[in-house]
Amino acid sequence: MAVQPQTNQTVSTGTEYIVRCKDVVKEYMMGTQVVRALNGVTLDIVRGEYLSIMGPSGSGKSTLFNMIGGLDKPTSGSVFINDVDMAQLDAQELAFLRCRTIGYIFQTFNLIPVMTALENVMLPMIFGGLSTDEAIDRGIELLKLVGLGERLHHKPSELSGGQQQRVAIARALANNPQIILADEPTGNLDLRTGKEIIELLRQLNKEQGVTIISATHDLKMVDVSDRIVWIRDGRIDRVEERAAVEVRVGDVEGTPG
Amino acid sequence: MNKEGRQVERLQLPFRVAFHISMQSVRIRFWRSVITAAGTVLGIAFLVSVLTAMMIQRNSGAVTDPSERYRMTWLVIMSLLVCLVGITNAMLMSVTERYKEIGTMKCLGAYDIFIVELFFIESALVGFIASVIGWFLGVFAVVLIKLFGEGFKVFGWISPGEVLLYLIYSIVIGTLLSVIATIIPAQVAARMPAAAALRVEV
Ligand SMILES: Nc1ncnc2c1ncn2[C@@H]1O[C@H](COP(=O)(O)OP(=O)(O)OP(=O)(O)O)[C@@H](O)[C@H]1O
Ligand SMILES: [Mg+2]
Repeated sequence: MAVQPQTNQTVSTGTEYIVRCKDVVKEYMMGTQVVRALNGVTLDIVRGEYLSIMGPSGSGKSTLFNMIGGLDKPTSGSVFINDVDMAQLDAQELAFLRCRTIGYIFQTFNLIPVMTALENVMLPMIFGGLSTDEAIDRGIELLKLVGLGERLHHKPSELSGGQQQRVAIARALANNPQIILADEPTGNLDLRTGKEIIELLRQLNKEQGVTIISATHDLKMVDVSDRIVWIRDGRIDRVEERAAVEVRVGDVEGTPG
Repeated sequence: MNKEGRQVERLQLPFRVAFHISMQSVRIRFWRSVITAAGTVLGIAFLVSVLTAMMIQRNSGAVTDPSERYRMTWLVIMSLLVCLVGITNAMLMSVTERYKEIGTMKCLGAYDIFIVELFFIESALVGFIASVIGWFLGVFAVVLIKLFGEGFKVFGWISPGEVLLYLIYSIVIGTLLSVIATIIPAQVAARMPAAAALRVEV
């Protein structure tokens, strides 16, 4: 049940790297203290790959998520999306990028509580200029794709965590983004539901070719990732290709899936 | 068209959609809306009760002291100002409660102005409903009190046209009051960074 990609994508350059981070440093001021959340991260992310960012709590995963997603600006260094330096974009262009090029998924699902599942999925499309009818059609199609065709008119409070996250995934796909950014998408879900969400993300990655970048603690993610970037204290500790990791995780978890 | 000549399509939030979202927000966050509305209800009820009392007094043929008029005008203005502060405060609380929702909308592409629009529509809706309730309470309270004091002849002293005119005053003043009180909260909401979507309450 593949959703047809729309032709509304503005930039679709053929370069190999969809995201490039160069020497990204991010410092936060905590009173008079300077906290260096990212300490020189250089990372190229290949179009179409499933990348997991792993690391202990406080290592800078969410901060990196903010930088790549254009939600915050680096203190120094730069982030390129489709070879465009995000520092060059003004507020409107950033909003456009968030609306059209990137889909966001959060640990806490972040559905708009006053809107139904369908309305949540429709919102980015409405922002993007689709008519209500078109948005309804595509919204229903997307909710079916994530297995929630029966729950179109439910409010977030009437859905389970796993169902809410599915709605969030449908919403992230609304404008047919090139990138899906997820911060701990399984952090608030039980083991089985988490596994289902991971499998859904992997399926979308394969079928729709969307690049998935996910910050996570969840070792279940390792199974599906093309690459795993381990970060520690705001630096990239090591990068592992999937093949190299597979065996080891099997040993650790004792569950080959 | 920006400096590099790239064409940037404008994102949009049609009024119909904004109205629907705001309406749902008022409905679903009912008790929060009641708190916001309380300020307008009280302010308008006081205004209308003063107007109604003056009308009844005038129609009953009693002489009115002009200094009394001034005093009441001041009281009404002061009470409306106090209500303004009350509404602003309730709205600010509402904004801080919704940081995640606002951040999320920005992640979906919302411009700052969309957020301002949503808060204005919401406060106008609450202000409108609160004004009607306040008008009713104001008229009702005064008529009831006069009824106890003067008996049924009170009904002869009420001009229905004038009472209806108060409803229009109430709606205009109450809605405006509510919207003005939301200027600062809406600014605060609009400045909420998109990254607030990720914030986890500790
Ligand atoms: N807004 C902020 N203000 C100040 N310090 C911050 C802010 N955001 C993050 N930090 C600090 O930056 C560091 C990295 O935080 P970050 O949230 O990126 O970690 P994380 O890897 O996502 O952790 P977790 O797995 O717990 O989500 C931490 O030391 C954190 O305290
Ligand atoms: Mg985090």
